[in-house]
Amino acid sequence: MSSTVTRTSTTRTSGAQATTSRGSSRRGLLYVLLVVLTLLFISPLIYMLSTSFKTTADAAATTPQWIPSDPTGQAYDAILNTDGTPVVRWFLNSLAAATLQTLLILVTAAMAGYALARIDFRGKKIVFAVIIATLFIPPVILLIPNYLIVGRLGWLDSLLAVVVPGAAGAFGVFFLRQFFLGLPVELEEAAAIDGATRWRTFLKIILPLSRPALVTLALLSFLTNWNDFLWPVYVLFSPENQTLPAGLSTLQNANAVRYDLLMAGAVIASAPVLLLYLAAQRYVVEGVGRAGLKG
Amino acid sequence: MSETGLRTATGAGAAAGDADQVKAEPRAPSTAGNNNRDGWLFMAPYLVLFGVFVILPTLFGLWISLHDYDYTLAEKPFVGLDNFTGLLSGDSPFATPFWDGMQATAIFTLGSVPLLLVLPLLVAMAMNLKFRGRNFFRAMYFAPYVLGVAVIAVLWRYLLDTNIGLVNHYLDLVGLSAVTPWLTQLPWAWISLIGVTIWWTLGFNTVIYLAALQDISPELYEAAKMDGATAMQRFTNVTLPGLRPVLLFVTSVTIIASVNMFGQAYLMTQGGPGQETRTAIYQIAETGLTSFNSGVASAMSLIFSVFLSAVSLAVFFLFRERTPNRSKQTALTNQKGGAA
Repeated sequence: MSSTVTRTSTTRTSGAQATTSRGSSRRGLLYVLLVVLTLLFISPLIYMLSTSFKTTADAAATTPQWIPSDPTGQAYDAILNTDGTPVVRWFLNSLAAATLQTLLILVTAAMAGYALARIDFRGKKIVFAVIIATLFIPPVILLIPNYLIVGRLGWLDSLLAVVVPGAAGAFGVFFLRQFFLGLPVELEEAAAIDGATRWRTFLKIILPLSRPALVTLALLSFLTNWNDFLWPVYVLFSPENQTLPAGLSTLQNANAVRYDLLMAGAVIASAPVLLLYLAAQRYVVEGVGRAGLKG
Repeated sequence: MSETGLRTATGAGAAAGDADQVKAEPRAPSTAGNNNRDGWLFMAPYLVLFGVFVILPTLFGLWISLHDYDYTLAEKPFVGLDNFTGLLSGDSPFATPFWDGMQATAIFTLGSVPLLLVLPLLVAMAMNLKFRGRNFFRAMYFAPYVLGVAVIAVLWRYLLDTNIGLVNHYLDLVGLSAVTPWLTQLPWAWISLIGVTIWWTLGFNTVIYLAALQDISPELYEAAKMDGATAMQRFTNVTLPGLRPVLLFVTSVTIIASVNMFGQAYLMTQGGPGQETRTAIYQIAETGLTSFNSGVASAMSLIFSVFLSAVSLAVFFLFRERTPNRSKQTALTNQKGGAA
């Protein structure tokens, strides 16, 4: 509830005129603050975009140019056509890794979440307890052994390394279990009367009803994998096998002060997630907000 | 009609209910068997992942930490607790870098967490006023968070460049030092890493606070106002208690994200100047994954986790009093908070 609005209404009797003008000047102040904050958060991103279209000299100029004096696509040309930094390959690797991991999480988490929410099977309590217990394990504990396991599987320096292990986290299972628990049981019971199998009920009733939760989980999973940094930096070595974040590190090592190139790389790495975010902002922001309110 | 009765109808196809179940539930011979079969089948794909990449590495990590485990060597002799005692007593050559890393993590955490708890709350309270375009502003503040650490670190290394960076340029315009070495000298390197992290993740905490603020009943504020409570009193007596459950969540996520800081230091300062900003995670990763001293690195990660658990427990008990059932959530944040 807005305190400004309520204050205006409660003090109405003491002089509506004065309070309204105080309210509106406060509102003005609020907007100034909000706009300043917006600039603070957004202008670095605009500068990144702008610099990616600058010449090498302009990118290194001591006087900042918000609009490139001599707009050029040379930075993109340079990084897209260099052997040591195959940005197109990185982009495709990132896209493949994030998409595959998201699908893997959706399938495994939806099935497991459904079993934990709706099926009374023997051992459920123990499985559930073990999964909860492992949630308390800090991920760094798994870093070294998982590297060795991935090595043993022969997955180092391959796409599998950045797709499969990361899908084992229990977040999705809990997230969907929680959502399924909130669905009305009646529909499933009706389906059961009609002779539908468990699998059919899951596919035809549960999943369609769970679209918002599945979309939210898909978005969060995609963003997490797309942005993941530490793991790909260490498990991928060959230039052609990197994902974009790991590739940006390689790009920075190769071109420490060529900020035109680095900003072009950063734009390529951020464009897909920013577009995704713009398109599905509600799902992302509200998904995160809800995460704080519910277990 | 009972639920069991309904489920029996489902199981028409599978008559393979075992004898025990028939005794236990004579009226539903196949149902319990079906439930067991279905339950485990539905769990199976996830359990394979969970077993191989969560349970196995947990146990394997403990085993590795008791060995002189070098990935590149054939011999991996058992050394008991030597890896731990070496680190704890300082005798191991890895002890100094490790504790320096722990100290760096502590500095970063102490510097970033309080700001990341307070600033987003202020922003969320401003956002909680009703005004046009609220969702737009919320979306703007959250935007940096959807970018990866690699993007924001590469970007800010440019903006914080001593000679050509925007930051020094504008500081010069307002008459402040134009040559602050933001990334190459202390304390500037820490200020930069903390500042950039706040810029990057402020929106996340803000969104969570905002959702919680919107959950607080407006009647409580009305009632408080009726009783003549000042704005400050309404904050301490209505807002803060209303936020308490979410405060535990936000505090835990923020601490976990901060102690896991890696990418910012790796890309912006390369752990420098010297090794000053090389955090514990950075040190563990380099020890285990670059030098392949897996045994020592595993021991480091276990010691690190003991510290983290102690801090998490302290936070939990600090907020526990009025929120007895949030432990599961704290654990969930472990998984999501590692993003930094």
